[in-house]
Amino acid sequence: MNLLFALTMVFYVASSLGYQGYVLFQRRPVYRVASIILWVGFLCHTGVIALQYFEDGHIPVQNLHETLSTFGWAVVCVFLILQIKFHLMVLGALVAPLATLSVIIASILPKPLVELDPLFKGLWRTFHIGTLIVGNAALAIAFLLGILYLVQEKAIKDKKRGFFFQRLPSLNLLDSMGYSCLIAGFPMLTFGLVTGVIYAQMVHGRFWSWDPKEIFAGITWLVYAVLLHERLAVGWQGRRAAIMTIAGFLILLFTFFLRFLG
Amino acid sequence: MEKSEIVLIGLNHKTAPVEVRERLAFSSEDNPQVLEAMRREPRVDEVVLFSTCNRVEILLATEDISEAVETVKNFLADFKKTSREIFEKALYVYNGDEAVRHIFRVTSSLDSMVVGEPQILGQIKESYQEACNHRACGVVLNRLMHRSFSVAKRVRTETGIGDHAVSISYAAVELGRKIFGELEGKAVLLIGAGEMAELAVDHLVTNRASPIFVANRTFERGLEIAERFKGTAIRFEEVRDYLKEVDIVISSTGAPHYVLVHDDFKGVMRARKNRPLFLIDIAVPRDIDPEINRITNVYAYDIDDLKSAIQENIEERQHEARRGERIVDRAVIQFRRWFQSLDVVPTIVELREKIEEIRQTELKKTFGSLRSGSEEDRAAIDRLTAALVKKILHSPTLFLKQRGHKDKKSLYVDITRRLFNLDEPNNNGES
Repeated sequence: MNLLFALTMVFYVASSLGYQGYVLFQRRPVYRVASIILWVGFLCHTGVIALQYFEDGHIPVQNLHETLSTFGWAVVCVFLILQIKFHLMVLGALVAPLATLSVIIASILPKPLVELDPLFKGLWRTFHIGTLIVGNAALAIAFLLGILYLVQEKAIKDKKRGFFFQRLPSLNLLDSMGYSCLIAGFPMLTFGLVTGVIYAQMVHGRFWSWDPKEIFAGITWLVYAVLLHERLAVGWQGRRAAIMTIAGFLILLFTFFLRFLG
Repeated sequence: MEKSEIVLIGLNHKTAPVEVRERLAFSSEDNPQVLEAMRREPRVDEVVLFSTCNRVEILLATEDISEAVETVKNFLADFKKTSREIFEKALYVYNGDEAVRHIFRVTSSLDSMVVGEPQILGQIKESYQEACNHRACGVVLNRLMHRSFSVAKRVRTETGIGDHAVSISYAAVELGRKIFGELEGKAVLLIGAGEMAELAVDHLVTNRASPIFVANRTFERGLEIAERFKGTAIRFEEVRDYLKEVDIVISSTGAPHYVLVHDDFKGVMRARKNRPLFLIDIAVPRDIDPEINRITNVYAYDIDDLKSAIQENIEERQHEARRGERIVDRAVIQFRRWFQSLDVVPTIVELREKIEEIRQTELKKTFGSLRSGSEEDRAAIDRLTAALVKKILHSPTLFLKQRGHKDKKSLYVDITRRLFNLDEPNNNGES
């Protein structure tokens, strides 16, 4: 399994470099190779997670190491699904490094053996964390798209047609892709939080205990809820939506680390 | 007395920002006034005026370059009520070959913002026509302008300079794509009219933008234009309401002030549900307040902004342009030959030489066919013909040397050269 994990890392790093190369030189074959390598890395990664699942009998999300690794996998997974519809070649240059970063951090983290209460192993927890992770992955990509949107927006606003203007796609594409990610990510986030609350009731006997990570989880959800509402009802799009997507993800990231480090 | 020199005073998109150009730009109403005023200047023999979005240039034939340049600068400052400091640094002054080369380059679109754009030739022709209508052109500028048109034609047909997409329209479509992705179904509003703006709309329509709305101060004119794009004409007062509907606005009016200001956009973005709005301002002076660009999801581009947008195309055309420059170089040398010939003294010398040559040829013929005739007779015939030539050439020579023809001098010299066919050395009038 360690070998498979190492292979995953190698493929992810190679793919990241490939995507950067594509952005730099704009050569289509470079993109194809990077894309194939990412697929191979993804398959290895899937193998890692599947093996862990069969070994432990649950999704590997018990500690930060496992969670980060799974998160990286989910990010690549969401990205590959998105590629089928949107085919945004430049996005890989951000997604691949993000996945790479999460598996690398995961690899250097200790893997404490957590003695689990039988309750923890329950299907409920698997659902709770599983959906949260896939949801977070979608929101992470929305965040990256938000950054790309702001970069491209600034290029057009400032009328400076530089490096990025040529390479980035239209504002409309970035915006609607970000919206798709939000639409996919938010229900999962909601579902993950609701199951979490119920889980808390089962474990601690209380739905809500006002501890910081719960408060921040609540804030995160609220930010995304407001953003989605504004998009749907008021028709928010473009710059403001991008900024809010970025802000939302930063709070989400904070909550995520609060959960494991706090 | 000196003959006229060719001088060109002007500024263009390379030397002056749009803020300066719009201050000096002459409207079609200004043109006759300026031409008339220039013609009254004693230092100015001939004048043509060019004013497009990208350049304001005054082409002169004058006997006193420095005085004429001063006159023009003062006139500009006075006429446009602008202090000289504002535009003086942006001005270039060319004379002689340099001025000729510049005009050839401008007309051939080698000096354009987008090298090879086809509109400039038409604009220059119009300006020349206007100058002719006011009798502001004489022999020098007439010849120069006609030469420049044929140079432009050669450059266009012999190089690939115009092969790439046209200037403003290309930039508009490309930027539109970066904002909207696809242009299909994007509504376009054209405010005003004008060749460049209509070309841009045309290009957007080719990229499947629709529907098209046209607002013109004269509703009938708006109807005309709308018909061409299968669009709808709206009243000028309705522009504000339509800002809520359309995605792309192209503005090109002759208004001296902004047509769209920041306040016009109050509530517009909310009503549009924040859909992006792309404003293209082709007019000089500008139609769209640049402040509008600061509104979220609104992108306002003026003509200078588009300059950078087409930078790459320029590079692609650069190679072809170099071949164009060679055609221009040759044309400049040809023109110089003709222009130098307009000097009085060489013309008189050439005229005498030519007549003398004819005399000698005819004498030889006559003596050859003369059976009898002593040396004395031959000498008498020789004296007779020499005297004839001298007498005949006496008044033309005096006339050409006479002072005080002012701007007519070049004309007389030119006519003389043409009457006696002085520019074609091989044809000695033997037929």
